Amino acid sequence: MSRISTTDIAALMTRFWKSTRWIALLALVPILSGCSDRWGWYVVNPTTPSGWTNLTFLMSGLWYTILLSVTAIAISVVLGLLIALPGLSKNPLLRAFNRIYVEVVRAPPILVLILWVYYGLPQAADIQISVFWAGVVALALSDSAFEAEIYRAGIQSIDKGQYEAAQTISLGYTDTMRYVILPQAIRRILPAMGNQFVYMLKMSSLVSVIGMQELTRKANELVTAEYRPLEIYSILVLEYLVLILVVSALVRWLERRLTADEARSK
Amino acid sequence: MLRNETATIISIRAVSKLFGAFKALDEVSLDVREGERVVVCGPSGSGKSTLIRCVNRLEKHDSGEIVLDGVTLGDTRDSVKVIADTVGMVFQQFNLFPHLTVLDNITLGPVRSRGMSETDAKALAMHYLERVKIPEQAGKYPRHLSGGQQQRVAIARALSMEPRVMLFDEPTSALDPEMINEVLDVMAELAGSGMTMICVTHEMGFARRVADTMVFMDKGKIVETAPPDVFFTAPESARCQEFLQQILPH
Repeated sequence: MSRISTTDIAALMTRFWKSTRWIALLALVPILSGCSDRWGWYVVNPTTPSGWTNLTFLMSGLWYTILLSVTAIAISVVLGLLIALPGLSKNPLLRAFNRIYVEVVRAPPILVLILWVYYGLPQAADIQISVFWAGVVALALSDSAFEAEIYRAGIQSIDKGQYEAAQTISLGYTDTMRYVILPQAIRRILPAMGNQFVYMLKMSSLVSVIGMQELTRKANELVTAEYRPLEIYSILVLEYLVLILVVSALVRWLERRLTADEARSK
Repeated sequence: MLRNETATIISIRAVSKLFGAFKALDEVSLDVREGERVVVCGPSGSGKSTLIRCVNRLEKHDSGEIVLDGVTLGDTRDSVKVIADTVGMVFQQFNLFPHLTVLDNITLGPVRSRGMSETDAKALAMHYLERVKIPEQAGKYPRHLSGGQQQRVAIARALSMEPRVMLFDEPTSALDPEMINEVLDVMAELAGSGMTMICVTHEMGFARRVADTMVFMDKGKIVETAPPDVFFTAPESARCQEFLQQILPH
């Protein structure tokens, strides 16, 4: 496995800029809309002290949005695999466990799951849970069911001959999965997983309802204070747009990275 | 070149295998002695592949008994161990690991299941790559190799586990004609080194050259077992005569 170097990061940033230059056009939106008297961009005008304060207040949720999404995704990627593997077993009990988990966990809407984990779970299990961890648990739980299905599809797409070849060189189940099946399956499911990462990042906005100080919550609070929903929510849309473009660039880069080794050795 | 004095390493006794209602193997019995080269032929669907796949339990037989190096095969630890220690296999479709280089394809087994160090495994892999005459391809990925080269890598991968018996399941059937000989040459060289081999193949020239015993199968049964000189000149059964007429050049 190859490591990530600084040149890779530089190349990534260049590529990201090249592929998203047109985004700069969006700067025209506030400029042009400034000509209309329906818009009041002064609330987030960085050249005035109050506008600057408002803008930094909006951006201050960024860190929590990222932290929440990344933590939830990291957990669900691992949990999803652990849920997927029993589903591919010959044992009917293990398969049943997988089916029940997937069907039950992916049924409730994420918002409902957030409310249940934050308000319900502490009462049921007699524990204390912070807003952050309630959000992480709800998002990761919900996502794990979807990740499990993605893994299952990927693993099932690998030819039976690969298992047989692994068996004839005496690899056990764990080694077969780790060195033969999963490396191939993950290359195939990366686009689907990238989709799921984008989805999770967006769903993190729902955690604002239990008071998580992320992007959406900050925007809501500012709207209450300033009463300029149009401008503030427009900024919010832009914030998510930029975040998601970064995620998609990362996923595409990872795809290229994983297939690069094979392509290079001609 | 029959070696009657050597011990039996594989003993297949009245083995049957069903796929649903289809009887792939019907009470098949066959003994293979150490160092013996057996070539199995027969029409498609006759059970040739199933027979050798039962020897390393890629298929589990339904009745009868297979004894490998003194151990009866089944769902036991001893059975798994004896197969791991004794049998290597080469497939029709090569089944190389596409995400690993040629070298990593070969070292994976010795490193992960034999606990060999990376350095030793690499040396071992290079040794076998030289034996199949493609050491210069070590750093490439399978998809950049020709079919014949891929199959030779698969042979090197199987050999690196240092098996005592090699099973070949139609190793040249997926190859373009001009690549068949490079694989057969490697197999003949292996046969010459004294390896016990069971080859399912339609390459009768190869069979004549290396086989100690010819086995003809039809409809899940072994119809004829004979040394090649007898097999090719005076086959007993009508079914076998017919088959040979169809596949031998006139």
